[in-house]
Amino acid sequence: MTSNNKKELLLEMKNIHIDGFSDERWHKILKGVDLNLYRGEILGLIGESGAGKSTMGKAAMGYTQPGCKIIKGEILFNGTDLAKLTEFEKRKIWGTKISYVAQSAAASFNPAHRLMDQTISAANRAKINPTEVLRKDAVQLYESLQLPDAENIGERYPHQVSGGQLQRIMTAMAMSPRPELIIFDEPTTALDVTTQVEVLSAMRSIVDKFNTAAIYITHDLAVVAQMADRIKVLRYGEEVEESETREMLSNPKEEYTKSLWSVRSLIKPEETNEDYMLSIKNIDAAYGSSKVLHNVSVNIPRGKTVAIVGESGSGKSTTARVITGLLPQTKGEIIFDGKKLSPKLEQRSKEELRRIQIIFQMPDTAMNPKQTVDEIIGRPIEFYHGVKGKEREAKVIELLKMIELDESFLDRLPSELSGGQKQRICIARALAANPDLIICDEVTSALDQIVQEGILKLLQKLQKDLGVTYIFITHDIATVKAISDEIVVMYQGEVVEQGLKSKILNPPHPDYTELLLSSVPEMDPDWLTNLLNKRSS
Amino acid sequence: MPGDFATEILGQSATKSSVEALRSELGLDKHPIPRYFEWLSNVFQGDFGSSFSGRSKVQGDQGDRSRLVVELIIPRLKNTLFLTGVSALVAIPLALLLGISAALYRNSVYDRSATGFSLVTVSSPEFFTGYIFILLLATLFPVFPTIANVNEDTSLIDRFYLTALPVFTLTLVTMGHMMRMTRSAIINILSSEYIEMAKLSGATRYEVIVKHALPNAWAPIAQVITINLAYMLIGSVVVEFVFNYQGIGRLMVGSVYNRDIPVVQACALIFASTYVILNLLADLIGIISNPRLLYPK
Repeated sequence: MTSNNKKELLLEMKNIHIDGFSDERWHKILKGVDLNLYRGEILGLIGESGAGKSTMGKAAMGYTQPGCKIIKGEILFNGTDLAKLTEFEKRKIWGTKISYVAQSAAASFNPAHRLMDQTISAANRAKINPTEVLRKDAVQLYESLQLPDAENIGERYPHQVSGGQLQRIMTAMAMSPRPELIIFDEPTTALDVTTQVEVLSAMRSIVDKFNTAAIYITHDLAVVAQMADRIKVLRYGEEVEESETREMLSNPKEEYTKSLWSVRSLIKPEETNEDYMLSIKNIDAAYGSSKVLHNVSVNIPRGKTVAIVGESGSGKSTTARVITGLLPQTKGEIIFDGKKLSPKLEQRSKEELRRIQIIFQMPDTAMNPKQTVDEIIGRPIEFYHGVKGKEREAKVIELLKMIELDESFLDRLPSELSGGQKQRICIARALAANPDLIICDEVTSALDQIVQEGILKLLQKLQKDLGVTYIFITHDIATVKAISDEIVVMYQGEVVEQGLKSKILNPPHPDYTELLLSSVPEMDPDWLTNLLNKRSS
Repeated sequence: MPGDFATEILGQSATKSSVEALRSELGLDKHPIPRYFEWLSNVFQGDFGSSFSGRSKVQGDQGDRSRLVVELIIPRLKNTLFLTGVSALVAIPLALLLGISAALYRNSVYDRSATGFSLVTVSSPEFFTGYIFILLLATLFPVFPTIANVNEDTSLIDRFYLTALPVFTLTLVTMGHMMRMTRSAIINILSSEYIEMAKLSGATRYEVIVKHALPNAWAPIAQVITINLAYMLIGSVVVEFVFNYQGIGRLMVGSVYNRDIPVVQACALIFASTYVILNLLADLIGIISNPRLLYPK
């Protein structure tokens, strides 16, 4: 973290009001937020989706997205009010004095140009140095960001490097003109935890090296704790509280701030048994000619929760597809409740289909947007149980009560529900079949922390009441701690280990589990520093 | 098509035997399948056969004026290629320019009137547009001739002058489509994240469109340009008829009247291969302009 002799004000945002236009009307996104940033300081901006943190970050550049406008307020950058400048004047500041690092590096690089050309484009436009000097400098930046083959990586196109590398190249791009301020807008959210550690440490060291001021936007408190000197919490477009990082972590004042990491405090006592609801034995599976599962064997105890964890590409979702029959295995067998399941979906009986249900990551795309809640939940009831009319309606209402909603939701369309409510409806749809096994595929990943907690509590309650068995697929270790009895760790299509939660989470670990667990950010501002020290020793 | 060349040329009063005689001379009485393969193998050797028309009705007559299909088609094809080539040279740059500038000044008065006008021109059939031009620029204000009558001796300057109205017509019918597609391809890309990123790194409006959006828009633009090129070549049938221009379209229509099948077949083959080749070209441009396809991971 940077030193404390930094009392020269770089950016002062006063009473910012921003309105956005959507659903045919204007509504308020920011309602009078203030922000001060000193030279060389990193400010963390956190909040859930819809808190206005991204809008605030972009407003720090004097930029608003199409469909948004600054209603009121001053944005004083080095004493100049950016809100009063013309587009032409702002362009001279953008990319040179203030630069921006976006969330999705893969979508934010132009696919048609080489990385080097994009890295130096802003500095080149401003003619800060001759092109050759800029190129050499970019290579040095790549090196200090620990990119492999720094000399030549710039000659590649965006699709030829990995997501973590792209995110570091974008940091190099932001640093290339040596700006006074960098806005990091959720730069590690789309990355796996093990990649996130590398990117975080690279970003932190380079910001330190050039003593650049930064605004770091994220929804993850543990991540921001590693980066920021000060943290500001936003909610519904208003400031909740602001304080020094250590103060904020050890002593949050507002209830809301405390609730932001409450999911991490959810604990479930572990239990297991030898009575397996489902066993998969020595499964191989492939998409076309590329083999993605190698000899996978997992046992799921009846009435318990087994979490399958791993990074993207580890084969955890593919395992779910094999169990449901969407992707027939090429080798091995699936035993469900003592009976062998046919690999192909078409050859399974309706009863077998009913007993295994799946809930998906994105409730938005998992529901037909033209159907009402009544139709969505009612269909599996009719289909599997042949129940119609009054009885069906009574059952739908019962299910709605089970997921802590009520009958006023019957006629609503998915577009009229919040993210958490949508996921609840998806859970009710799975329950409607009265299944024995529910596969939850990253069901909380797209949700905010507080909403996550609600969904996890609901799933636990349903297990207690109905005795249903869960397979819980996730990449988030905090969720795993909160909900599972047993854990399966997967890596590159193979099972690394399976066992009770306490056994997997406590040492000794196989190498990969160790790497995975140690990469999960903790609520300790020194966590990253300690981890890097430990790894380098 | 009812009837064949024999019944058509000999008229209704012809005796059955004279029709039969002409048929067997032309080979029309043979089974269609061997005839097809005979024709196909000849085509592969560059032999499109001879035209039916112009041949003498009496066998062995010295005054046989039947001509090779190739001889008949080449000068006509040149004329048509000239017409579509000039139209393409006018229409494509104009369409790109209008499309890009409409995307740049989206929802402005300029954009609205340009897209509105293009909708009108796309929706009007060629013969209608052609006659409007004749009315305006040949009859009311006699600037250009109504008939684009060119032959092999016509000089290049005269050719431009004579074909002005057909070129205007073809330009107007195809330009709207190309312009609208260019505009929407670019607007589509303008909403992507890397465009916002480009803006936030200080790129000017011009840079955003030309350096960041256009390179990613070539594939859809090439697709619509080639479709319109093919359309110009084939759609020129109508325009050639309106302006009495001696192109391949007119030749084909005339040959259909006479049931002069060898000529019709050759024309159809040219039109079909134009479509295939131009589409192939569009796909190639799509590959070349996309680094994802050009450079493997």
